[in-house]
Amino acid sequence: MSESSAVPFRIQGDTGEWEVVLGLEVHAQIVSRAKLFSGASTAFGAEPNSQVSFVDAAMPGMLPVLNGECVRQAVRTGLALNAQINRWSRFDRKNYFYADLPQGYQISQFQYPIVGEGELVLELEDGATRTVGIERIHIEQDAGKSMHDQSPSKSHVDLNRSGVALMEIVSKPDMRSPDEAGAYVRKLRSILRYVGSCDGNMEEGSMRADVNVSVRKPGDPLGTRCEIKNVNSVRFVMAAIDYEARRQIEIIEGGGVIRQETRLFDPDKIETRSMRSKEEAHDYRYFPDPDLLPLELTEDFVADCLASLPELPDVKRARYERELGITPYNAAVLTAEKETADYFEALLAESARRQGKPEAELARAASNWVISDLFGALKSGDRAMASSPISAAQGAELLALIADGTLSGRLGKDVFAIMLETGKDAGVIVEERGLKQVSDTGALEAAIAEVMAANADKVAEYRSGKDKLFGFFVGQLMKATGGKANPAVVNELLKKALAG
Amino acid sequence: MSVDAATVKRIAHLARIKLEEHEVAPLERELNGILSWIEQLGEVDTDGVEPMTAVIPNKLRWREDVVTDGGYPEAVLANAPQGEFGFFAVPKVIE
Repeated sequence: MSESSAVPFRIQGDTGEWEVVLGLEVHAQIVSRAKLFSGASTAFGAEPNSQVSFVDAAMPGMLPVLNGECVRQAVRTGLALNAQINRWSRFDRKNYFYADLPQGYQISQFQYPIVGEGELVLELEDGATRTVGIERIHIEQDAGKSMHDQSPSKSHVDLNRSGVALMEIVSKPDMRSPDEAGAYVRKLRSILRYVGSCDGNMEEGSMRADVNVSVRKPGDPLGTRCEIKNVNSVRFVMAAIDYEARRQIEIIEGGGVIRQETRLFDPDKIETRSMRSKEEAHDYRYFPDPDLLPLELTEDFVADCLASLPELPDVKRARYERELGITPYNAAVLTAEKETADYFEALLAESARRQGKPEAELARAASNWVISDLFGALKSGDRAMASSPISAAQGAELLALIADGTLSGRLGKDVFAIMLETGKDAGVIVEERGLKQVSDTGALEAAIAEVMAANADKVAEYRSGKDKLFGFFVGQLMKATGGKANPAVVNELLKKALAG
Repeated sequence: MSVDAATVKRIAHLARIKLEEHEVAPLERELNGILSWIEQLGEVDTDGVEPMTAVIPNKLRWREDVVTDGGYPEAVLANAPQGEFGFFAVPKVIE
């Protein structure tokens, strides 16, 4: 696929430089109220086995009935990735034994997935871009959950997750560095969240990645790959790749051969190890599920899915730069997460309403405030944008008070700090604490006269040519007015008064 | 198509069916008998015939995304050989 202009990532081995080849399979839990083939709830964190129907528990004679919303979300995701939507697809059984898979098979899609080839564009840190191909997306059932730490001799199985809908999003082996793999997971998560088809919560396991890693000398054919299962954060994806690539290079340079196998990432030791149980399990004996007819989509259904998509991050970013005049950096930051973009757009709309000016005129200041002031506050309070203590309307009020000269930039920061502390609106704080910037020329002229009278010697020095003293007078005046003097007005009046 | 003794053992293991050594040879014969019987279908010319997915013309039915089921953990666990704290308890399986 398209090459980035960046310096290619290489790992230095004893026999020269090595290239890493990476492909990712991301399992994303589809946002739906009920499961893929049953009417049981998908809510996270319920009492064990309380959200299990007889279908999910694989009781004899129970039949699966497809949840249309899960189909819709998979198609919307495919469209957001510019992918081919297959109007005819099919469910297959993937057969394997495990304690948390009561059916003895997973209903999945093997030969005919619902979504075909698409692509995802990554922006890398150095400003280069790389297009990563999407191979396919299929829908399938999630398994239950096993817990191994409750008893020395038993594993405990909770089937609440059994039958929840997943999308498996498979990339082509187009990535060449841990950074690119990390950027891919972040970008994919951002798009899923914009689309609303997956909440992207990696901590709760609603998005997990299997990473395929192989190494080769640049220009050589592809090496044998190993698959690292169930990596559950961007940081771990990058760490697992780094470890696994070095492990493979060491084996090859030591005269060994890489065996294709499934490996497990241990986040405590930052290493991967072989999953022996998976070695013989690769014979899944797929066959079409006889309980389900083929999945056929009408043209209208696909068109409705397309019409329902929101503005996606790449398009939004370009629009922010073009129509709002926001810097490329700010536009990238504001559009990376849907919550941030939503907040910014609400802030901007409210600012335009309050100040009676077009959004494009206010966008630059608003974007700077969100990125430096609000992000700083959220970061130090360890909060997410969705739980921002300052609403967009409150932010807009503060920005309006700065824009109309009621507050200087410095006072604006002070008021913002008080807003964070007390939760009060900016206007209320300004009233209560008398923080209003003094622009009243009469009051300022009186203060200037006082300062000049108290420093007659400095006035004389200034008038004899030592104009550096101007800063001294500004400082004295700010002190006399408690920092509330409007700096622009002060400068103008002071200059006039000192000139005599 | 036919199966040998090793294949019989492997598919039995994949299906978690325990086989005694003396059962392998009779099963190999039986399975190969079934396979050659099925293979008679190969005599029919199916060139240009679409694979059939259902006997009667029918469409896959979709369900609304509404919670209509669940909430009966006791019933789900009723037939489990062992349950503990609301979970199924199974022999320890860990990587």
